[in-house]
Amino acid sequence: MVKVTIDNIPIEVEEGTTILNAARKIGGKIVPPAMCYYSKLAGSGGKCRTCLVKVAKSSAKDPRPMPKLVASCSTPVQDGMEVLNITSPEVIETRKAIVEFLLINHPLDCPVCDQAGECDLQDLSFSHGMANTRTIESRREFPPTDIGPFIKLHMNRCILCYRCIYVANQITDKRVHGILFRGDSSEISTYIENVIDNDFSGNMIDVCPVGALTDKTFRFKSRVWFLKPMDAHRQCTKCSGRVTAWMFGDEIYRITGRKDQFGEMEEFICNECRFGKKEFSDWIIDGPRKIKRQSVISASYYENMIKPSVINPIGEIMEETE
Amino acid sequence: MQRISNKSIIVSDKTMSFREKIYLPAIISGMIITFSHLFRKKTTIRYPEVKREFSAIYRGRQVLKRDDEGRERCTACGLCAVACPAEAITMMAAERKTGEENSYREEKYAAVYEINMLRCIFCGFCEEACPKEAIFLTEKLVFSDYERGNFIYGKQDLLEPVDPQNRIDVSKRETPEMLAFKQEINLRHNKK
Repeated sequence: MVKVTIDNIPIEVEEGTTILNAARKIGGKIVPPAMCYYSKLAGSGGKCRTCLVKVAKSSAKDPRPMPKLVASCSTPVQDGMEVLNITSPEVIETRKAIVEFLLINHPLDCPVCDQAGECDLQDLSFSHGMANTRTIESRREFPPTDIGPFIKLHMNRCILCYRCIYVANQITDKRVHGILFRGDSSEISTYIENVIDNDFSGNMIDVCPVGALTDKTFRFKSRVWFLKPMDAHRQCTKCSGRVTAWMFGDEIYRITGRKDQFGEMEEFICNECRFGKKEFSDWIIDGPRKIKRQSVISASYYENMIKPSVINPIGEIMEETE
Repeated sequence: MQRISNKSIIVSDKTMSFREKIYLPAIISGMIITFSHLFRKKTTIRYPEVKREFSAIYRGRQVLKRDDEGRERCTACGLCAVACPAEAITMMAAERKTGEENSYREEKYAAVYEINMLRCIFCGFCEEACPKEAIFLTEKLVFSDYERGNFIYGKQDLLEPVDPQNRIDVSKRETPEMLAFKQEINLRHNKK
């Protein structure tokens, strides 16, 4: 066990834990945001640079600070390390610049995008970014493409976090898509119009931090804040069957995995649950899902709401007289 | 007389003088006031013939604007509905098909857009929330009706006509900040 201090909060963690995971153990505001790191996908992280933190003291043995800001998702902690995240103005300033970099090619089509309202990049730029853009160059434009019967790819929204690649590598048995080209022209593609129809490929939608991969069965159906997320489950032979059902009245508009407080899925679910079962009778509803008060999804979300019984005083009187 | 409390007022009971007794000076001074009102500016107007000008910030029924090329600006993002304190707005989105580029500006459009005018409180939050400058409050009124259902205004009631002559002028509602925002060429929907 090693002892680290993150934003003046000490915690003891196992050796080899990254700074990000140590911060997640503390929880709260000091957790650095992560756009590419996903704790359930091995090898992810280190690409988006949003989780950069300042290491004021490398370790008890070597008290010098680290020369540059380090990516907290891929830097393991050392004994006596002192990390500054939100207490360092340098980190906040850098994060603002990182958001600007991520948005260089990201279109401002949130009103059209299905991810709006639950988008990590939207939240990040709202909390850390600038209100206006400084670039005048045109952004990259790609036509939206269908990859498989269930997934729509909007390449111009992609921030190249590689999460979907790791999902295809680690969750499904065969990967048919990848990143083509290099640098500025890299893009996610199946190269030759290939079809992604693996049973767990739908998880790519949930891990995508932006609206690059979206559910085709839910495309433009509704906005997420009009729907009520409910915990639901069913007997499934392929996956755990525990999902979030996004409901409007008694209709199920879409099914996603259950996301934890860090925006990561608790369990990966299969395509049959995600796309195939949209009837109310397919699912057993466990209850409403906890939504952060700050989230726009809670805008039309009433906890403890009791449906009023039918108000029909005349009917009651008629029943009495009979 | 012994006063019980100092709240009581002693009423004066003085007798009128001769000038007051003949009443004529009081009547004349009263008539001067009455006649002077005849030559003042009238506060009322003759309504059906003359109509009073609306205030510049008057908020009446909404209009769904089209852009300069006659395409619908609304993209059914739902921000007006989530901003609406009366929950009067509902919408259904649809995807633009190829060949409909002249009708709808964005990839997505509102296939159904309804405002329940009985619920609407004309606060103007929908206009404020709209990222596409699609909805504006106008000087038009919501007329009375016999049926409750007729107060649910759909797209046929709200959308402005394509014909450039019949466009609804909302320039009064456009703030300098908004006009500056429109000049911003970096925003994709401002690009030609």
